[in-house]
Amino acid sequence: MTDAVPAVEAVDVRRSYQLDGVSVEALRGVSLRIDPGEYVAIVGPSGSGKSTLMHLLGCLDRPTSGVLEVGGRDVATLADGELAELRNHTIGFVFQSFQLLGRTSAVDNVGLPLVYRGVRRAERRDRAEAALTAVGLGHRLEHRPGQLSGGEQQRVAIARALVGEPSLLLADEPTGNLDTRSGSEVMAILEGLVVDRGVAVVVVTHDPEVAGLAHRRIRVRDGLLE
Amino acid sequence: MRASEAFRVALGALVANRLRSALTMLGVVIGVAAVVVLVALGSGAKQEVEQQVEGLGSNIIIVVPGKFELGSAPSISRLTLDDVDLLGRVVGDPRRVAVSIASGENVGVGRRQTFVTVNGVNENVPNVFDRPLARGDYITASDVDTRRRVAVLGSTVVRRVFGDVDPLGRQVSIAGVRFRVIGVFAPVGSTFGVDRDTEVHIPVTAAQRLFGVDRIDALAVKAPRADDVEPLQKKLTAALQDKYDGEQFSAVTQTQILGTIGRILGLLTLVLSAIAAISLLVGGVGVSNIMLVSVRERTREIGLRKALGARQRDILLQFLIEAVLLCVVGGVIGIALGVGSSLLVAAVTPLPAVIAWWSPALAFAVSAAVGIFFGVAPARRAGRLDPVEALRTE
Repeated sequence: MTDAVPAVEAVDVRRSYQLDGVSVEALRGVSLRIDPGEYVAIVGPSGSGKSTLMHLLGCLDRPTSGVLEVGGRDVATLADGELAELRNHTIGFVFQSFQLLGRTSAVDNVGLPLVYRGVRRAERRDRAEAALTAVGLGHRLEHRPGQLSGGEQQRVAIARALVGEPSLLLADEPTGNLDTRSGSEVMAILEGLVVDRGVAVVVVTHDPEVAGLAHRRIRVRDGLLE
Repeated sequence: MRASEAFRVALGALVANRLRSALTMLGVVIGVAAVVVLVALGSGAKQEVEQQVEGLGSNIIIVVPGKFELGSAPSISRLTLDDVDLLGRVVGDPRRVAVSIASGENVGVGRRQTFVTVNGVNENVPNVFDRPLARGDYITASDVDTRRRVAVLGSTVVRRVFGDVDPLGRQVSIAGVRFRVIGVFAPVGSTFGVDRDTEVHIPVTAAQRLFGVDRIDALAVKAPRADDVEPLQKKLTAALQDKYDGEQFSAVTQTQILGTIGRILGLLTLVLSAIAAISLLVGGVGVSNIMLVSVRERTREIGLRKALGARQRDILLQFLIEAVLLCVVGGVIGIALGVGSSLLVAAVTPLPAVIAWWSPALAFAVSAAVGIFFGVAPARRAGRLDPVEALRTE
């Protein structure tokens, strides 16, 4: 797949923050390339800059300097609205704390990204149902997050990340709030997706076991790749 | 994001916080209801006064001493009965000139006494004003000339003094002097709970002796045609100012009286509505406040929505619709409450209430505007939240 457009390409990406007037560099020149269908783990100690990297890859943030292309588009040139659109179409997020809407059913939670694409309600429901079925929750459509176990909630979150057919799935400590068994179930689903759909998966973790499942590991330390 | 979707999300959020939404709405409800009620009462008062003044008859010019204007004190009158002839010559027909001299007096028979306004008048009153009689006759020229002690009573006076007994031909004591009842006015009802059927008319000459005066308070002239009113006004005052050197007189028409009353009532309505509008403003601040709380509470939700592809304006729209919905629903309830209260006030109190079509429409538009005005700041804050920061909040 090396001839295809890379899911992500970063060249000398830097990101600095202004903290009390002092400039702090969280990323000090990161270059990487992730191809479609790749399964990558980003590992590193807390404060290494891996969260910053994840936010950049997820188009939630823009680099201070360097070139970052996601889905073939240069993030730096995009306006806020275009960036939101890029997130909506090319990126799926899975968070450590699931981030599901509490008052909303599983099927509506999963359909949420499609809301911002202007997809009609009936079609949203169909696609959300299919996504939930794919993660083995076809029988839990109308359940609210509070009525689901942690593992099930994370599977809902994965279904939500997949429903928009992204080219890049970003998972931030996806097993961090789960017991071992639910954790491996979730990881199995994530790995299955890589094979089945050709989606690039990037898992940010400091669990070596989780990182060990990935095809490639990227280590971050002090804002640089090792 | 479709507008219908934003609407659904906003409605869902309001329903999820039912009590809070209801309490926030209450501020708008009270404000809108207060505005609607006060405008209705103001319009009702104005309409009633207008009807009453118009009911006097048409083309009437009231001649009073002094300047007729808002807030001026009544002047001491120097007008006398001779001026009837003077003004009669100006108009060209002395029968078109009525006089009035009024005083509050006790009227009654034996122990059945009532304190009412007694008017000394001449025989021309029926030529000038529309004041039909129910029974009997009005005061005649000979009654006036001979200072005859006869009286025409309003229907309420008759009821209070005579009860069911036929008053015609009977004696009635006015300020201790006996008069014979020769006529009864047709009832005209009441205004603002003030009974207008408590009038007593007696010949002006008898009244002057009874009250111990030789002046008259005012003259009323009926112009032959509407076109004559304006030139006549000038001629009447000129004639009087010629006669009474250095004095001022006013000749005012119903339209001018209406204008003056209209200004007073309009001002009153405006002041009261402004006070009511302040409560609407406070309601709007309440909406703004609760929207800020709502944005803060849902920071993480906003962050998530943005991560999933919501644009700034999607979030802004969602919260703005929420604020407008609060105000508009509150506004509709307030209008219903205001209209209901107005009708209730009109039904159980003597105060009239008139719901002008524009008042609920305006109240609705204002509450929607309040929603937009007070919703924009919190909604913009929501829209501008940084998704990374927002997702991090607990």
